Amino acid sequence: MMGILRKTVSVAAAACLLLASSAWAETIKVGAVLAVTGPASFLGGPEANTLEMLVEEVNAKGGINGRKVELFLKDTAGSPEKAISMAKQLLEEQQVVAVLGPSTSGETMSLKKIFEDAKTPLISCAAAEAIVDPVASYVFKTPQNDSYAARKIFMEMNKLGISKIAVLVDNSGFGKAGREQILKIAPEYKIEVVEAEVYDAKATDLSAAVAKIKANPAIQGVINWSVVPAQSIVVKNIRQAGWKVPIFQSHGFGNIKYVDAAGAAAEGVIFPAGRLLMADQLPDGHPQKALLVKYVKDYESKYKETASTFGGHGYDAFMIFEKAVTVAGPDKDKVRAAIEGLKNLPGTGGVYNFSATDHNGLTLDAFEMMTVKDGKFVPYIGR
Amino acid sequence: MTVELFIQYLVAGITYGSIYAIVAIGFNIIYNTTGIINFAQGEFVMLGGMLAITFLHFLPLPLAIAVAVLCTMAIGAAIEILFIRWLHNPGVLRLVIITVGISILIREAALHIWGDNVHSLPYFVGNEVSTIAVLGARVSPQVLWVIGACGLMVLFLNVFFQMTSVGREMRACAANRTAAVLCGIDTRNMVTLSFVLSAGIGAVAGAVMSPITYTQYDIGTGLAIKGFTVAILGGLGNSLGAVAAGLLLGVIEAFSVSVVPLAFQDAISIALLLVILFVRPHGLFGSSAAGLKEF
Repeated sequence: MMGILRKTVSVAAAACLLLASSAWAETIKVGAVLAVTGPASFLGGPEANTLEMLVEEVNAKGGINGRKVELFLKDTAGSPEKAISMAKQLLEEQQVVAVLGPSTSGETMSLKKIFEDAKTPLISCAAAEAIVDPVASYVFKTPQNDSYAARKIFMEMNKLGISKIAVLVDNSGFGKAGREQILKIAPEYKIEVVEAEVYDAKATDLSAAVAKIKANPAIQGVINWSVVPAQSIVVKNIRQAGWKVPIFQSHGFGNIKYVDAAGAAAEGVIFPAGRLLMADQLPDGHPQKALLVKYVKDYESKYKETASTFGGHGYDAFMIFEKAVTVAGPDKDKVRAAIEGLKNLPGTGGVYNFSATDHNGLTLDAFEMMTVKDGKFVPYIGR
Repeated sequence: MTVELFIQYLVAGITYGSIYAIVAIGFNIIYNTTGIINFAQGEFVMLGGMLAITFLHFLPLPLAIAVAVLCTMAIGAAIEILFIRWLHNPGVLRLVIITVGISILIREAALHIWGDNVHSLPYFVGNEVSTIAVLGARVSPQVLWVIGACGLMVLFLNVFFQMTSVGREMRACAANRTAAVLCGIDTRNMVTLSFVLSAGIGAVAGAVMSPITYTQYDIGTGLAIKGFTVAILGGLGNSLGAVAAGLLLGVIEAFSVSVVPLAFQDAISIALLLVILFVRPHGLFGSSAAGLKEF
């Protein structure tokens, strides 16, 4: 609470300063609806921090085309109802040029039509493919598609000769969407899902479920697709049952606190993730390297916490907005068209290539396979 | 089903079951002296884990847990003294609402102090991948700590209530408050003591289970629902009934995984609670005369 209060105060103070210093030049208003508190705060918190940091940075450099950026940040606590009312407030009262966020797929889906009707760009930080498929002309998203993560996992399984798997997902929106993608795509890679279970996001022990799956001798690999702490419990329970099966996790595992929670059991877990987690280990010429290293350094020195890929989604959303406004000026329709014209734009999630039919702009290549070694994320180089 | 799988389910069930039983016994101790259900019981478990994790920064593990348990007991006493003791003949409904309020208060305070991340104590023996064989099944050594600690607490409580004079006085309070007062027992102190005891056993359970289940500010609610189910199932006020019912619910939950999808695991305990409330409101082991006297 104090943190949020402090943030609000500092944003307000920054806004006041801004108004005072540029009394005549009109600001560029951008809205953000993020789950800063509540169950999805692990997404919205870093995203909000990142936006505040970037707005400060841009304004310190004199703003976009000489005009300062004014950020209206709203906390939805992860609730679609709040997201709707706050988005409407931003559209009607603040008359923002675009809105960044929301953090979760559920919230984004409930805003999709509203932004179509309001003819205002929405750049979501949520991952579900339904956000951009079918394409809504004003709705964009920065995170990589879930199906890319699933495909990366399956490609790795093919290499390892794994063909019969068990799938465990949590009962959040992320887990359910993942399960759908896995079951849909698996046959393309000749992989058979022989056991599938859904566990509660609040589960505290899953040893019975693990025992059930382990009892099926056909299983050669396990996919544990989740974005909640319970995913670490699955990993622990599998190893505690003395089961040496290869464990694959989703990009939702890309937060070092889940590794800490699983401790020694996390060693060797294989998962796809954006390159943010391996910024230091990227080759020097890589288009994302400089930007990732700078973001991670700036974020960590400012907020004293580890930078996550989730904050990166916020970074990409703001960067896309900034680039589009630089090209097109603060006009809703022109910004929308300008985003569709962005090509070869490196971000934290990958290199974006937007078009009229692709409002995510990323490919399978946005993910790298990673693993855990000595409690740290390292690139996976096969076994 | 193979023998190994059977044992694996059984051990998992006994692990959850013994935690449920401890929460239910916490409900029972307070119910016996006051006639109310303390809905903040789950929060004692959370506090035990969280405080132990905090103290671990300054103290070795056994000492951290001991201090955490003592602190939780003090919080239990403080709750009784601040919110309950000074009420004259409060209605059951009022007391229940007070305890619900306290549980929300503790939960929110925990959210502000520890944040919404999961925390956990290190494994007492070995680490996250340690495993030992029990009759062909493989489990974490921590499971034995949980089962052992819960078993010891039940034993200790039995000895306490049967053998010591304070324990007998508490039972006297439960049996007949007026008669207890006439015998010179200070029933108010007994009520405070019941909160202290419930907080203490909750905190011990919270600390030993933390490596397995993690501790988060809001785990109390779920535990309270399970514990309440078990307390009702075993017959309110009946501690041995609670142990039997706790193990029963835990084992049913564990074995249910083999028949229905995992997602239904929690639905089973809630369905069981409803059935018991309809069919045998005094529980499996309670007598119909004694059960739910005030409700």
